[in-house]
Amino acid sequence: MTIDFLGISLQSYSWQTVLGSSISGVFLGSIYALVALGLTLIYGVLHIINFAHGSLLMLAMYAVFFLWNILGLDPYLSMLIVVPGGYLFGYTLQRTIIGKASHGKDEITLLVMLGVSIVMENTALFFFTATDRSVRVPYDLDGFDLGVTYVVYPEIAALLGSLLITLVLWFFMSYTDTGKAIRAVSKERQGARLVGINVEHIFAVSFGIGTACVAAAAALLVPTYAVHPQIGYLFVLIAFTVVVLGGMGSFVGALAGGLIIGVTEQLGRLYLGESLGLITISVIFIIVLLFRPTGLFGSKSS
Amino acid sequence: MLEVNAVCKKFGGLNAVSATSLVVPKGKIVSLIGPNGAGKTTLFALISGFLKPDSGRVYFDGKDITNERPHSICRQGLVRTFQVVQPFANLSVKENIAVGAHTRLAKRADALAKATEVARLVGMEKMLQQSAGSLTIAGRKCLELARALSTEPKLLLLDEVMAGLNATEIQEIVNIINGIRDSGVTIFLIEHVMQAVMSLSDYTYVLNQGVMIADGEPREVTSNPAVIEAYLGHGAAERIAAIRTVSSRKESADA
Amino acid sequence: MSNRVRLIGWCTFLVMLSLIPLFITSGRWIDFLEMTMFVAVLGQGWNILGGYGGQYSFGNALFFGTGAYIQALLQFKFGLSPWFSLWFALAGTALVGAMVGYLSFRYGLRGSYFALITLAFAEAFHVLSRSLTAITEGGHGVQLTLNQNPDQAISTFQFNFAGDFLKAYGFYYTIFSIMLIAFCAVWLMERSRFGAQLVAVRENEDAAEALGINTFRVKMGAICFSASITAMAGVYYTQKFLFIEPGIAYGPAKSVEALFAPIVGGLGTVIGPLLGSFFIHGVGEITKEMIGHVLGNRPGVDLILFGVILVLVLAFLPRGLAGLVEDLWKRIFRGRNA
Repeated sequence: MTIDFLGISLQSYSWQTVLGSSISGVFLGSIYALVALGLTLIYGVLHIINFAHGSLLMLAMYAVFFLWNILGLDPYLSMLIVVPGGYLFGYTLQRTIIGKASHGKDEITLLVMLGVSIVMENTALFFFTATDRSVRVPYDLDGFDLGVTYVVYPEIAALLGSLLITLVLWFFMSYTDTGKAIRAVSKERQGARLVGINVEHIFAVSFGIGTACVAAAAALLVPTYAVHPQIGYLFVLIAFTVVVLGGMGSFVGALAGGLIIGVTEQLGRLYLGESLGLITISVIFIIVLLFRPTGLFGSKSS
Repeated sequence: MLEVNAVCKKFGGLNAVSATSLVVPKGKIVSLIGPNGAGKTTLFALISGFLKPDSGRVYFDGKDITNERPHSICRQGLVRTFQVVQPFANLSVKENIAVGAHTRLAKRADALAKATEVARLVGMEKMLQQSAGSLTIAGRKCLELARALSTEPKLLLLDEVMAGLNATEIQEIVNIINGIRDSGVTIFLIEHVMQAVMSLSDYTYVLNQGVMIADGEPREVTSNPAVIEAYLGHGAAERIAAIRTVSSRKESADA
Repeated sequence: MSNRVRLIGWCTFLVMLSLIPLFITSGRWIDFLEMTMFVAVLGQGWNILGGYGGQYSFGNALFFGTGAYIQALLQFKFGLSPWFSLWFALAGTALVGAMVGYLSFRYGLRGSYFALITLAFAEAFHVLSRSLTAITEGGHGVQLTLNQNPDQAISTFQFNFAGDFLKAYGFYYTIFSIMLIAFCAVWLMERSRFGAQLVAVRENEDAAEALGINTFRVKMGAICFSASITAMAGVYYTQKFLFIEPGIAYGPAKSVEALFAPIVGGLGTVIGPLLGSFFIHGVGEITKEMIGHVLGNRPGVDLILFGVILVLVLAFLPRGLAGLVEDLWKRIFRGRNA
């Protein structure tokens, strides 16, 4: 059955197709969750929305690409380099530029991050040009046939990767001293300062960890997505939606939100077509912002 | 002028304000005292429209204003100041006061003229061009008062306007407040500075842990044992009474 | 700096700007000035809500694109005169502004959340304009017919085939007039009760509310005003380039351009957007020249610079270039007009 409406056609599909779409949505969603994890950590601690997140992802993806291109390093192995590198880059960025330029005011931080992301994006454009860069690995088309859909190894790796990283993060936050310090700062900045925690250092550490997460996500994404300077912008809106839906500062929320968005996007693409399908993301975003800005698992922030 | 009827407000499990009632007659100065955390500012917020009461009603000048928004309550003549001062930091003193004046005046020139006039009333006429962010705490409190005044209120809610001021500054503000009352404005103030409460108020209410525990003339209220206990702790009233008895016995013994 | 001095200064500057075309024949300079003024108008639109109102929108492309699209579509589909359709463009965009404003402000969105929702709306319209092909021609974009009859240059609002003067300077004076109108409107707003209330809302919403200001209504007014001014830039774009498509209309580029100029030039000042636009485009051109000689013409150079300037201004010049000029003036003429 087909309905035509303003140039879009809507039709109904068999349950197998819908299930297939949903499953690929889960895998897609796990990648979104991974990108969102870093964002939600940064928000939870610094209480700022990192508008540079997408550009950081883009730079990390280029890093993975060039490690493969020049050194022949497998993207998953390159995580060993890119993740620590991401941490250092994020730490330095926050400690030097962002922290200093913001004068502690949230509205200014917003704009500083925007400025930083523009610089990063266009530096990439200038040095790497707008040509798509793809990584080919021998196993990127191999996978499992589930009947309703075909799942490739990179997708499985992405799902496992995000689950693993969420677990590691949760463990880190709950049981290590730094993790506890981070939680202290996110709950009560001045109080943490009073008990001797170096708040600026913790901010930078959190930003560093957030960037490291994004770097991991980049390594998991590169086998599937071509890299170009605008790819950050593509993911950033989705990442924001995931974080807002899941709840700012919640890892579980990022995971849940990511999966929900992934499935919704795939189903949206199925029913509304490739281009209009993307509107589901904006719509969800707007609805959550209006009616439940704390998201599914978020706590009420002042 | 103002009638608060059995107003309640809960925050989570905490009863911030429980079934509180009070009356502020026209043209008088009434004060609200009580230990920190008693719920006084919450009560102000409920009266001026910043919070909605869970139950109870607020009447201003005979009209039920319980669920109205702060800006419309202000237009009807009920204005509040804030305990933690909220200046428009990047604007000058004159521009700050003019914002209040615009409540009644549409033209910029009129509002600016009124601002100058009100500044003179509170003694700020020399600071008109200064940026509000650069004022001292006393200056900011004065500005807060001036801004509220410029809206031509019928009832002024002053929240700890004397906190952080020294003795001279307090005396100045007391004079200003008396002047405001003389010009026909009713005043309802929250204060901790007892000398001001005693010298200014015609009537006092005492709030403790969200409940009104006493009300009356300032002198009788401050010697009320329940009130003393609220401030100084359990058993304090007896101890004070004991000290008084001992010293009066001593006096009569010496005499 | 006294108000009169300031006024005389900027008026002189504007008069100079209006007379420049008579002395310069280089097409490149005219193009440069046109683009600078275009971005100044875009920036002034943002400035109303962001600089004066303190609500930072990251999605002003929404207003630019809607203005441009309405202007294009009414001519393309219904053959309306551009002088007629532009009123619909302004009104329609103001309505879109009202919708976004209503949703955002009614639900109390501020700061980052407000920035995010404006982003979401811009992106939503981006997707819609690409998909609702029956209305917007989708990814093909809307191409307006080129008018080649010099006698109809004014009626079709197209100067590419007009007489010599209009051909060279028609669009220059168009954008100059638009800029003048926009800037005068904001100048008047600054001196009105609405302006004072808007600034109060920016400084402290609760205090403003306590002083009788209907903060919701004020913010709504600001976003509609902002939307209309930004739409004017959209209308100009459609007439000048005769082509609009989803990426240009609703892409992030315009949203970002809109906020550069006022922040660099001075938030909440009338002249800020113009100063900022001149500065960044001037520096951009010079850089492109220099780098171009060394590394050839590659995209992205000027934007890198814009980003760096933005961060530097935020870090060291909170009141922008306008603030800098004021401070220098005070230093030179210290004590004269304390």
